[in-house]
Amino acid sequence: MNAPTYNFAYLDEQTKRMIRRAILKAIAIPGYQVPFASREMPMPYGWGTGGVQVTAAILGPEDVLKVIDQGSDDTTNAISIRKFFGKTAGVATTTSTTDATVIQTRHRIPEASLHAGQVLVYQVPIPEPLRFLEPRETETRRMHALAEYGLMHVKLYEDIARFGHIATAYAYPVKVNARYVMDPSPTPKFDNPKMDNCAALQLFGAGREKRIYAIPPYTTVVSLDFEDHPFTRYRFNAPCALCGADNSYLDEIVTDDKGGRMFVCSDTDFCEQRQAAGHHGTESAAPHKEKAHV
Amino acid sequence: MTTIAEMPAGFADKVLSAQSTFRSVMDAMARPGSVQRVAASVGTPAGMMRGAAAIALTLFDHDTPIWLDAAMSATPDVARWLKFHASAPVISDSSIASFALIGDAANLPALERFAFGSSEYPDRSTTLILQVDSLTQGPAFELKGPGIDGSALLQAMIKPRDLFQRLSINEALFPRGIDVVLVHDDSIVAIPRTTRLIASGV
Repeated sequence: MNAPTYNFAYLDEQTKRMIRRAILKAIAIPGYQVPFASREMPMPYGWGTGGVQVTAAILGPEDVLKVIDQGSDDTTNAISIRKFFGKTAGVATTTSTTDATVIQTRHRIPEASLHAGQVLVYQVPIPEPLRFLEPRETETRRMHALAEYGLMHVKLYEDIARFGHIATAYAYPVKVNARYVMDPSPTPKFDNPKMDNCAALQLFGAGREKRIYAIPPYTTVVSLDFEDHPFTRYRFNAPCALCGADNSYLDEIVTDDKGGRMFVCSDTDFCEQRQAAGHHGTESAAPHKEKAHV
Repeated sequence: MTTIAEMPAGFADKVLSAQSTFRSVMDAMARPGSVQRVAASVGTPAGMMRGAAAIALTLFDHDTPIWLDAAMSATPDVARWLKFHASAPVISDSSIASFALIGDAANLPALERFAFGSSEYPDRSTTLILQVDSLTQGPAFELKGPGIDGSALLQAMIKPRDLFQRLSINEALFPRGIDVVLVHDDSIVAIPRTTRLIASGV
């Protein structure tokens, strides 16, 4: 075997040390965005280069890796990242949430509750929650230094003034350990309560924006709201068409051009486990059979 | 005088030893007060415990200025070993150090001598690596904070008896502050700046 090989988990050791130091600081200062020297990865920005670098820095041969994209184990992004680490680190991969030790995710937190000993790695496009309110990094950095977050409350208030309720549905800002306001990455706000007092370690990597941040286990994470407009979760008012779950986050799937639609769990592992346990919805996940035209 | 040939070895397997050591440190930092073990086999220069040596090889490099206390710099062994294996610059100004290696914790300098970071960049602080007498026996310390489910109990023989009292400046300084990693042999315990002492017994 003379085939050229990658260093374990692709990244060189100096890069891993740099990322590892950033991760330790991020854990020590929950919610604070630690700058790091993000590397170019063999995939485009927006495909999870930040999450991939964090995963590469923590991954060991004993780990079992799960990768999800919008809750799904079998989308292009999830499969390609899972294969990337299968190839460069030779780690075992799984689609089961409970079996995984490291879960890299884009835009969802799994429905099954996470346990101690797991690490959830988020792919983050824009780590700065104040960025759309204040474009200057020098200013947002000072706002974080002074814990000056009035602008964020004004933004939520403007939602109420315009729509009658807080219309922010994803990337809903949270306050971590009563100090830093943090972007939970574009997860639906349905998932926000899962971040609070979570048993697993949560790490966030933003490759293009070169930031790493973290929520240690058992840390308070509060979604920003008002006394008279408390935070509420949102889900489509329907059971999953495949497994019948009425408590999971749902994807809306358009099935024809006549307004037909179905709602299914966004978390494919959760949905499959339920179906395997005998739960059924109104539709079947069996292969589609052509119906005779009448 | 040691020559390179006589110098203690580094990790047996650079890549995987660094990975497993980092995971121990990460778990320690994420669960303050819990005792984690460094499994990797590592050579140690005189005066350095295995845990401290493994952490050094895992986290130190040319980007991280290192400050050594009097015990660590008593002989040139530690500095030479760090320079050879990690290419880490050893500096005499503790206020700009990324890491400080404390061999004789009883004479830990005032924390003000280390970097706390700035309000804008609280991450630009010194991490103390403190060698202590025991992480399983001794006075009990009850801790709380992020990473701890309720409270955590740490039993340790820590030489500066008032370490936690001195670390209470972290509460006033937050988000600036000092993170500490306690090392005894191959055991490590992390006390990040968010950890607070609830009570200490005997």
